[in-house]
Order: sequence, then C-alpha cells, then structure tokens
Amino acid sequence: MATMSTAPHASDSAAGSSGGPVEMSMRAKLTELLKPSQLEITNDSWQHRHHAPMRAAGGGNGETHFSINVVSEAFQGKNTMQRHRMIYAALSDEFAAGLHALSLKTKTPAEIEQTKQ
Amino acid sequence: MFSSALRTSFTALRAPTRVSAVALTSPSLAFARRYITQEARNKLQQAVSSTPVVLFMKGTPEAPQCGFSRAAVQVLDIHGVPPEKMKTFDVLEDSELRQNIKEFSDWPTIPQLYVNGEFVGGCDILINMHQSGELDELLVKAGVVSPEEASENTSQTQSQN
Repeated sequence: MATMSTAPHASDSAAGSSGGPVEMSMRAKLTELLKPSQLEITNDSWQHRHHAPMRAAGGGNGETHFSINVVSEAFQGKNTMQRHRMIYAALSDEFAAGLHALSLKTKTPAEIEQTKQ
Repeated sequence: MFSSALRTSFTALRAPTRVSAVALTSPSLAFARRYITQEARNKLQQAVSSTPVVLFMKGTPEAPQCGFSRAAVQVLDIHGVPPEKMKTFDVLEDSELRQNIKEFSDWPTIPQLYVNGEFVGGCDILINMHQSGELDELLVKAGVVSPEEASENTSQTQSQN
C-alpha cells in the first residue's frame, strides 16, 4: 500500500527543489521532445564555480553545468552523436543564455535492460 | 505617390530593428544570431582537413583550462596519437574561433574532435568510444595509429580494470 504516485523519486522534480529556471526549462523541453522513461538532471555548477571561465563570469548563475541521464525510445536507431545533437538542438536557447556544459548519458530502454543482465 | 514611397522607405528603415528582435528571440534562429563568414568557414574546413587529428579545446595539451578538454587530451594520449598527426586549437586564445567552430560543427560545446576532417564529437562521446573500443578502430582506420600499437593500448587499459 506504500507506493503512491506522489512518492519522491530520483527523476521527480517535485522532490525537494525542482531546480532553477534553466533546469526546469530543460526538463520541460526534453520531456516533450523525447517522452523519456527516465530523465535525471543534476546541477554540477557548484563544482565548477571556481574554474577560470566561471570566475570571469562572476561565478555564473548557478546553472552553468549539468549532467543529464535520459532513457528514451526516441534514441532507438540513433548513434551517440545523433542523440547528443537532438538534445543540443532542443536546448540551443539555454546555451545562448549562459548554459556552459552538459554531460550526457543517452540510452534506450532496451540498452538499459541489457546492462542489467 | 511620391509621399507613399517615402513612407514605405521610412517604415523599411524602422522595421528591421523589430524584425531582428523577433528573429533573435525565435528558438529556431538562436544559432543565427551570428553568421560565420564564408571565409571563416573555409579556413576551418582547411584546418580540420590539414592534420589527421584536430582538437578544438580550452587551453593547450600541456595546460588544459577545462576538465572536459583535459579529459579529451588524456584519452587521445592513451591511444598514442603521435604529435605530428595531431593539432590542437586553443579557443580561449581566439573568441572568433570559439564562436565560429560552434557554428561550423553545429555543436555548442568545447572540446571538439575531428578525425580526417570528420567531426567525431565532444568529451562524452570520446570517452564512450574509448571504453567501447570504437576509438581504437577509428584511429586505426584513419591511419593515425598502427594496429599493433592499438592492441597494445587496449591491453594496457584493460589491465587497469
């Protein structure tokens, strides 16, 4: 009886903070584009805040570096480069507005199953 | 007739600022904010085809200025790419280059690796390919490393597991 649809979950943005505007915008766009079965966005900006480019930008806005893990059927039949391009194309506004780097892991549900075996 | 012609030319003078403001905020034209010149494009085309392995990075191989660039350099180093077959460009030294290469490759981040004039990818892709053995294959096929060197490198990295 314990599982409720509102239970916190790694990919559920309602757990704790849902992130700043860039993160929320990325989540919305990627959800719409990829209909992912899993979407994890981690804000790594804190780790990079002292790096030269970030210092020059006054520490950045706290939304400069992210890691994104996404599992989606939409990646089926596409190689890594194509998958990354899909994501970059969807997020070109964010890049123009100060997003600095994305670390991407892109898988299809079938590939996730394979790694579990 | 004359006055209406004047009016149209007047509005034509004012309209561009509004039109370009719309264009600038339109998502699909975000990349069109700056057009890379044909001359710059040709220069880059030449640069990526002149040497078998070309890496656009932040900083230099001896002093990378970014963790992702450093990782790219290290991966290439593991595969024993000989220095005469590799050229690096420091985008921090040249902000035009930094902007142009992003438009040229249609890729928003640095580092960027080209092998035999073909865009391979950034740091994530490079690391994936390294782990899967694809990078070995690519470098051997491109004539950058010999097959014997490649198998040496593979067995070395495997023994590190």
